Amino acid sequence: MEAIDFVLDPLRSGIDRRALLELAMVGSLCGALGFWVVTERLTYAAESLSHGLLPGLVLAALAGAPLLLGAAGGALVAAALIAFAARDARIGPDTGTAVAVAGLVGLGALLALAPAAPQRLQELLFGDPLGVTDADLVAAAALLLVGAAALTALHRPFAALAFDAAGAAAAGLRPALLRLALLVLLAAAVAVAVQGLGALLVLAVLVAPPVAVRSHAGTPERAMLAGGAVAAAAAVVGIEVSFHAHSAAGASVALALCTAAALGAAVRPSRRAARGGAPRRSPRRAPASPAR
Amino acid sequence: MSASALAVEGASAAYNGTPVLTDVSFSVASGQSVCVLGPNGGGKTTLFRLLLGELEPVEGSVELSGRPAYVAQTERTRLDFPVTALDVALMGTLARGRWWLPPSGSDQRAARGALDRVGLGDQAGVRFGELSGGQRQRTLLARALVQDAPVLLLDEPLSGVDPASATLITELFRDLRAEGRTLLVASHDVESARTFDLVLCLNGRQVGFGAPAAVLDRPTLQATYGHELIMLEGGGGAVTVHHHDHDHEH
Repeated sequence: MEAIDFVLDPLRSGIDRRALLELAMVGSLCGALGFWVVTERLTYAAESLSHGLLPGLVLAALAGAPLLLGAAGGALVAAALIAFAARDARIGPDTGTAVAVAGLVGLGALLALAPAAPQRLQELLFGDPLGVTDADLVAAAALLLVGAAALTALHRPFAALAFDAAGAAAAGLRPALLRLALLVLLAAAVAVAVQGLGALLVLAVLVAPPVAVRSHAGTPERAMLAGGAVAAAAAVVGIEVSFHAHSAAGASVALALCTAAALGAAVRPSRRAARGGAPRRSPRRAPASPAR
Repeated sequence: MSASALAVEGASAAYNGTPVLTDVSFSVASGQSVCVLGPNGGGKTTLFRLLLGELEPVEGSVELSGRPAYVAQTERTRLDFPVTALDVALMGTLARGRWWLPPSGSDQRAARGALDRVGLGDQAGVRFGELSGGQRQRTLLARALVQDAPVLLLDEPLSGVDPASATLITELFRDLRAEGRTLLVASHDVESARTFDLVLCLNGRQVGFGAPAAVLDRPTLQATYGHELIMLEGGGGAVTVHHHDHDHEH
């Protein structure tokens, strides 16, 4: 009985209950979306976008505007600046992106540390899931619904693109448009998730779940579902730890996510999972079938 | 003569303003097969990108009778991506539109039929990365068959393929030509080029085009391959020495 009370105690607090709901909704979507982010090797883009939107967050805080608005505007400006800096062939896209992001983080810190600014830099960098508002919950629910619908509709094109971009193009798909759609989904997810996890920790909810499940889920569909489940479970664990250990909630969730990733990467996948759930074949290489 | 399946007229291509393929002109009738010969960097893949519409010609024009299907080299696919042979064949149904819906029963039947046709009906549930090189190539062919395209572009389809798969693929080519489909096959194999209806030689430009007997002579092959060409003594033909450095292919 005591054990059950121990687990349910955070849920008896309205603040923790809302935090858990926010992170579970955002985590479910980001955990699934993260599969495509990692598959398309957009992890650095996700990190750059989440860090680069800091000035937008700070300006929204200074103006008393919704953080979601600042995050969305910051993401747009960051994306444009990163795209511009990355075009300089003399220094290369990675270096150009790094310089642009460092500049944006510096600008955000400069604004946040100005004497007139409210003391919210820590919250913007590391998140404050316990300060979730009704509007934040509505935004998270909208992200979950719209994002899940988009991921469902785009599943086959994304799979074809990831497997063989040239073949996908030959089948009539537009790889550039598909990558843009993925980046728009990523930007929307970051803009909403940054409320709870902050500009520095939001990357964890996008990247850690796919790393945790990738070797164990035999198909893209299973990897997305399992990634969403891992993120939601990590939200529960993080909030529990935060409640009982009086630790920072956003950081606790981020650490739970990264622990799941480390465990998932360390555990050897079952042979069946490695074969995509297909039954074992014998012999391993089937003989070529006779010509028709 | 059958209707023209594709026509390229004075086409040139460039990457970032640097010309990589100039002045290519040829046309192919439905049901004909063309072997595209050339060294690495000679423009074979660039020509395919022009035909696929991925690359706009900086000069000239490219016309096709319909959207072509493309069979890439298996090295260009993601072997670590968790899809089965059936999933790959089903990707060909994306050409039918309705990409936002799950595959229909008709899509499933078409994909399984194509896998049967390439001799992989019993391997439909096997992950693509677990198949042998020849089986992977046949799976990509099944995807192209599902696409039901009038023109097929194949990038070195027999490279690294086991003899049984090579035989099956060669027979499939013959059947596809009999169905009126046009095949363009990029290759380094000068001797096998003699079995095609037409040969196109590229080396940054069009070196030659025509029937094998007219094109596969010593001057044309030397202009195509340069020092990579070795002529065998006693009329034994020619072989090319090439490096599989696809990152530098144009």
